[in-house]
Amino acid sequence: MLNWANFISQCFNGLVLGALLALISSGLTIIYGTLGVLNLAHGAMFMLGGYAGWVAYTYTGSFIVAVAFGAAFVMVVGILVERVIIRSFYSRPHEDQLLVTFGIGIVFVETIRFFFGSLSKSVPPPPPFVGITNLGFMMYPTYRLAVLGIVAAALIVLYLVLYRTRIGMIVRAGIEDSAMVDALGIDVGKIFMLVFGLGAAAAGFAGIVNAPVVSIAPDVGEAILVQTFVVVVIGGVGSFPGAIIGGLIAGQIISLTSMFNPGYSYIMLFVAMTLVLVLRPYGLLGTAGRE
Amino acid sequence: MLRQRPLLVELLTAACLIAAPFILPHVGFTPTTINRILIWGLFGIGFDILFGFTGLLSFGQSAFFGTGGMVAAYLLTVANFPYGTASLLIGTMVAAVVGYLVGLIALRRTGIYFAMITVAISEVFYFVEFNPLSDFTGGENGLPGVPPPSLFLGFTTVEFNTNWKMYGFLAFWYFVGLVIALRIIRSPVGTVLRAIRENPGRAAAVGHSINGYKLTAFVVAAAYAGFAGGLLGMMQGFMPPDAFTFETSGQLVMQSAIGGGGTLFGPLVGAMVWLYLSDFLQTTLHLGSTWKLVLGIVFVLLVCFLRHGLIGGIADLYRIVTRGQARSTEEAADETLREEHDATPQAVSKPAAVPARPREASLNGRPILQAKGLTKRYGGLVANSDIDFAVTRGEIRGIIGPNGAGKTTFFKMLTCEVPPTSGQILFEGHDITGMTVTEVCQLGLTKSYQINQLFNRLTVRENLTIGVLAELRGTFRLDLFRSTKSVPELERRVEHALELVDLVKRADTPVSDLAYGEKRRLEIGLALATSPTLLLLDEPLAGMSPQERIGTVRLLKSIARGRTMIIIDHDMDSLFELVERVTVLHEGRILIEGTPDEIKRNSKVQEAYLGGVHAEVAAE
Repeated sequence: MLNWANFISQCFNGLVLGALLALISSGLTIIYGTLGVLNLAHGAMFMLGGYAGWVAYTYTGSFIVAVAFGAAFVMVVGILVERVIIRSFYSRPHEDQLLVTFGIGIVFVETIRFFFGSLSKSVPPPPPFVGITNLGFMMYPTYRLAVLGIVAAALIVLYLVLYRTRIGMIVRAGIEDSAMVDALGIDVGKIFMLVFGLGAAAAGFAGIVNAPVVSIAPDVGEAILVQTFVVVVIGGVGSFPGAIIGGLIAGQIISLTSMFNPGYSYIMLFVAMTLVLVLRPYGLLGTAGRE
Repeated sequence: MLRQRPLLVELLTAACLIAAPFILPHVGFTPTTINRILIWGLFGIGFDILFGFTGLLSFGQSAFFGTGGMVAAYLLTVANFPYGTASLLIGTMVAAVVGYLVGLIALRRTGIYFAMITVAISEVFYFVEFNPLSDFTGGENGLPGVPPPSLFLGFTTVEFNTNWKMYGFLAFWYFVGLVIALRIIRSPVGTVLRAIRENPGRAAAVGHSINGYKLTAFVVAAAYAGFAGGLLGMMQGFMPPDAFTFETSGQLVMQSAIGGGGTLFGPLVGAMVWLYLSDFLQTTLHLGSTWKLVLGIVFVLLVCFLRHGLIGGIADLYRIVTRGQARSTEEAADETLREEHDATPQAVSKPAAVPARPREASLNGRPILQAKGLTKRYGGLVANSDIDFAVTRGEIRGIIGPNGAGKTTFFKMLTCEVPPTSGQILFEGHDITGMTVTEVCQLGLTKSYQINQLFNRLTVRENLTIGVLAELRGTFRLDLFRSTKSVPELERRVEHALELVDLVKRADTPVSDLAYGEKRRLEIGLALATSPTLLLLDEPLAGMSPQERIGTVRLLKSIARGRTMIIIDHDMDSLFELVERVTVLHEGRILIEGTPDEIKRNSKVQEAYLGGVHAEVAAE
């Protein structure tokens, strides 16, 4: 019943999905860690990235332009949302922040539905990555391998930004204690805006990169948002390494369970989340007190 | 206030429910819409208890809505179970049991974690409905053919088979649901739920098992959801699978936020607005699917500008309109208050202190509290090191020490807020090391905080009630249907605590409107309300004006009778006047212990505070 070729290829699928989830979750987690806001519109940001990229692709026919535009567009949207709305919610209770970001998410989804309809759109993979590659031990869609590379590269860039630049150091300090950073004379407002933009861009980037694998529709972000939450709960809220480990674990769980019955993949994901909550309530790499 | 006349809300609701079918159709509501509003309103009553009253925002209520609905529909269709109402109740019970199990997991965390976990859980239920259980639930087809409810009266059977008959059925259950919910929120449990919303940490510290109460609220919300789900199946004659979707949870959350939380009626008002607009935008304006975009924008604007929803907005408006009147009377009241204060600063009669809990006579003379080798390390930092400490029953002990000496950490260990790294704490002979702050408070040891930890949106009286309830009811009790007023002793104790901290005139003022000194007194009063045998006071005089200090010292003296107290403060003069013995902490260790006079003269103490060079100056 269990066939090795199938198993290996599902592992690869899991790796691709896991890398994507890791990237999206890092965006969510750095926003939460720095600003203290859980962005329920994060799934919608993922979806927006896909659509913005699709529009750019239809006009230019270039996949690279599509990816760049998708990420940049969502970054701008993120910055605008932070400036106009989220800013006035820092001093309000968490519940209000959840409500408003939830509402923003719905407005994005419905705006896209208004302009582009409910039917799904697809972006073809760029020419060099069309077809199937023979890896020696199995055949695998070339573009999925490319996704793995692209997302890994994006994660490395994000890592370098966070851990090797001045801005990144301020952001990490802000995750630990944003009031202290403010007291040190650093303009936290500007940092918050940048982080929100960066986090949104991570989701948007993932959205367009994933578009050739799974076609885009207005509600594509909802499932992603739920998976992202599980990733963050498993990895630990506010932890960048936690998001990556959580993403990889969640990716494997989803795709390996799908091999037997896709209907059970969420249930297994939930079982894993429950186990983590019981054994390590703050997530694998989380620390107490970030709540 | 409506709360003073308990039956008024019920009667008004009944009147509105009877009047609705005669009025609403004329302003554009169709019968189906009205019935839906009632179902969402009932669904929302439970959600409001969870979110509006307890402060737990769940995005997973669809799981229970769907579960209750599916169980009821399954019984009535596939299983051919003939009793409609019984099916509804069975569905409700199943939803409540599922809610209990889910709550055990989701309530391990609070805040955003709780929200995320509930989202994940509801998604799991959606997939379970579609896949493993599709043989029972009909998968994506749902369960068609749910019969309308009927009522057998002996001689004839009433079938609720038209929209308006259905309305009667739904309105009856809405009313029942509302009456039950009103009982719950007026019960001691309801009071504790509000305390958890305002300040969960303090609610636990005065002796309530907050996890038990949160789980209670979660189960109640699940039961309401399950019942409403069952009604949905009956009303439509079909149990739709999309009851399980995240969208259902989201719609409930949005409707409740639109209406406003904490009133039980918010979700009903929200559902009216939501469903009316959705009908209006779709059928009158022909906007098609764009209606959701419009409602989304309306929702975002509302959350941005109207914090407490429509009901909160109307209440604010009412306050603005009536402000002129209110202000003048309030000012007058303030004026008299001030005059009284100025005229008779000494004349405030002090009632005898709340009796401390009865104690075993055999224990007299022995130390009430003993700490042995208490040490606390935070990573490499040693906050407290090897402290041996004992307080005799009836003693008033002061603890002083320069900033950073470890006084607050020491207090936190004594009240079991933080566990010691090593060492042992004995209270009245019990080893309390490793207990929770709630258990220790129930034993009679509690603390007033350095920084006020009050229930800000509640009144002074409600704050004290929360403390007294913990003492009268223990950590957890499910007296969901008892009126708070009927708890024996409660009113007398609350009044007494009010008098003790001199806040009788401010009893019905919300804490957020109190002056700082009044808040400090209430902070002490809240600790006193639990009738502790040992009371720890962390800087009770901090931030007070000299005038307020005198009053507070007098207050502390009056409550000291029959009680043991340990006081931390930086105001040496006041402290030395109050206490019999003083312990000096320095760099996490005990420097010296003695009477105030001994301490004043001690050169080591002077050195610790001022450094050696200045010792002579200080001695003068």
